[in-house]
Amino acid sequence: MYEYGEFDTAYVRDRVAQFRAQVERRLDGSLTEEEFRPLRLMNGLYLQLHAYMLRVAIPYGTLNSRQMRQLAHIAERWDKGYGHFTTRQNIQFNWPRLPEVPDILDALADVGMHAIQTSGNTVRNVTADHFAGAAADEVADPRPYAELLRQWSTDHPEFQFLPRKFKIGVTGAPNDRAVIRSHDIGLELRRDAAGAPGFRVFVGGGLGRTPMVGQELAAFIPERDLLPYVEAILSVYNLLGRRDNKYKARLKIAVHEHGIDTIRALVDEAFAERRAQFSGTDQELLSGIAAQFARPALEQRGVAPYHAARDADPVFRAWADTNLADHADGAHAIVTISLKPHGATPGDATAAQMRVMADLAARYGHDELRISHEQNVIVPHVHRADLPQVHDALKQAGLATANVGLVSDIIACPGMDYCALATARSIPIAQDIATRFEELKLEHEVGPLKIKISGCINACGHHHVGHIGILGLDRAGVENYQVTLGGDGSETTVIGQRAGPGFSADEIVPAVERLVLAYLDLREGAEETFLELYRRLGAQPFKDALYPEQAQRRRDAA
Amino acid sequence: MTRAFTPKVVTANALVDGDVIYLTADDRWSRALHEAELIEDEAHAQLRLLEAERQTGTVVGAYLAEARAGRGGPEPAHFREAFRARGPSNYAHGKQTELSDV
Repeated sequence: MYEYGEFDTAYVRDRVAQFRAQVERRLDGSLTEEEFRPLRLMNGLYLQLHAYMLRVAIPYGTLNSRQMRQLAHIAERWDKGYGHFTTRQNIQFNWPRLPEVPDILDALADVGMHAIQTSGNTVRNVTADHFAGAAADEVADPRPYAELLRQWSTDHPEFQFLPRKFKIGVTGAPNDRAVIRSHDIGLELRRDAAGAPGFRVFVGGGLGRTPMVGQELAAFIPERDLLPYVEAILSVYNLLGRRDNKYKARLKIAVHEHGIDTIRALVDEAFAERRAQFSGTDQELLSGIAAQFARPALEQRGVAPYHAARDADPVFRAWADTNLADHADGAHAIVTISLKPHGATPGDATAAQMRVMADLAARYGHDELRISHEQNVIVPHVHRADLPQVHDALKQAGLATANVGLVSDIIACPGMDYCALATARSIPIAQDIATRFEELKLEHEVGPLKIKISGCINACGHHHVGHIGILGLDRAGVENYQVTLGGDGSETTVIGQRAGPGFSADEIVPAVERLVLAYLDLREGAEETFLELYRRLGAQPFKDALYPEQAQRRRDAA
Repeated sequence: MTRAFTPKVVTANALVDGDVIYLTADDRWSRALHEAELIEDEAHAQLRLLEAERQTGTVVGAYLAEARAGRGGPEPAHFREAFRARGPSNYAHGKQTELSDV
């Protein structure tokens, strides 16, 4: 994986030194909050409900064991012993004290990490498929391009004051695990007829107040044109994006208002100019970066211990069935470590757990870890023969929950337990749903089902693309939860449809339970997933389950 | 017709650690809502808010929050303020542990 060069290191250190001086000036009264706020946001420091929050980028979700150990150290020394992994491959520390934040940033710089552009109207952390470089279905590793985009976008002078924030997601596989159609720019790595790499480009996706599915801007852009093409899109957006209204300022609104054909014509025009300015330095840089993402030398030995453990230990088998994914090399597996123990806060890991994951990566996983947008941690290259030991170590650390992709593997934003923007809590709803389905012992029978919860309309919890989405709102001073159905964040992205009136905090968990039980009643067999059934039957039977009294009235009237 | 003024407290976040704080009648900043000054007069509320906003070296984002009189002092009138006054619900962090020692 990518190691900082001299330039990166010096740059990040300079930024920390700058910020240290800014914090000192804020504390001694030389800077007002109005002056300081944009400066702290540029460095990922928010002020939330109860404390400051530092959002640290984990570019394209990749980190090594040393970096993970440093996150553990930061959590213990400057926070409350844990960190929260987010839906955009960041980690958030919820309790830093302002005078100590520069020290945290220095500690991050020690391991080649930073919090730059994790806020503000800039290009945010570039996210990627968390199985990148390992997945069996991959065309090529998308991370070298994500790293190139990170370097290009960091402090890019033209794009520091965009109309609004700007998110780029990259996948190297046709099965989209990176929700790219919900990004301002979504890039799908593919090859042309001659086998040369390039990108299918989507623009104008986004969730939030006005959810939109990204539209195809180009079917294929050659690899060498990536930066000039993306730069052309940004330059068009920079001029077209609406600065008069914060809620209409994202690229998706510009695409919607002007139409994809107009946007394409403008981008093509800008691209012709921009491409001429690229001398090829970016391609030299890219080949240097790509070399650092070479797949580790995978060991070839027998996988008998894996099969023996499967046969002997039903707990191991259940975990293997849900938490392993196919690696490009048959003797290896991609391990997803669930950060969703039933009843716990989705995405949280203690310092001790971070160290266990770091140790496992160092010992069994070629020193690589990934953070997924689904708020889990991945060890991407584990030999199958080592899986029993990995599972044992995870069990001892409370990290062996076998629920990846199931009901309790819920995405939830921090909600009103932490976030100043939230209109209701998300975490307790996620905890209660997971606890309830654990009591019912049903989730393995239910199979793949994605529940996603946001505590406000900004949709950090991706509720629009949940098979079951839950949106927490404030209705006349009471928390109220709206349900959306049929959303999908994969390569067949669909925005879920609102089912009807919302539910109180007490009613929402039973409502979700009714939905899931209705699915079990109606499905043709275990092969038919919740989403497939929804697509086959439409919303009505699910609405009937959610609102039994209305269903009864409808039957009575018929 | 103007709406009747409902009781308020002046609240903000502390500059150094970001914790929720409340302005007391004797011009201190308290971490406990029940110690806040419950303001029942609109003109007085505006004055107190101005005084709070002037303290830019200590507090951030002062505003008037709805509250009502309780037995032990002001109580939150909205769930957001209840969470601010108590701390997060998933861990006993923030005020709920730190204030219990007081």
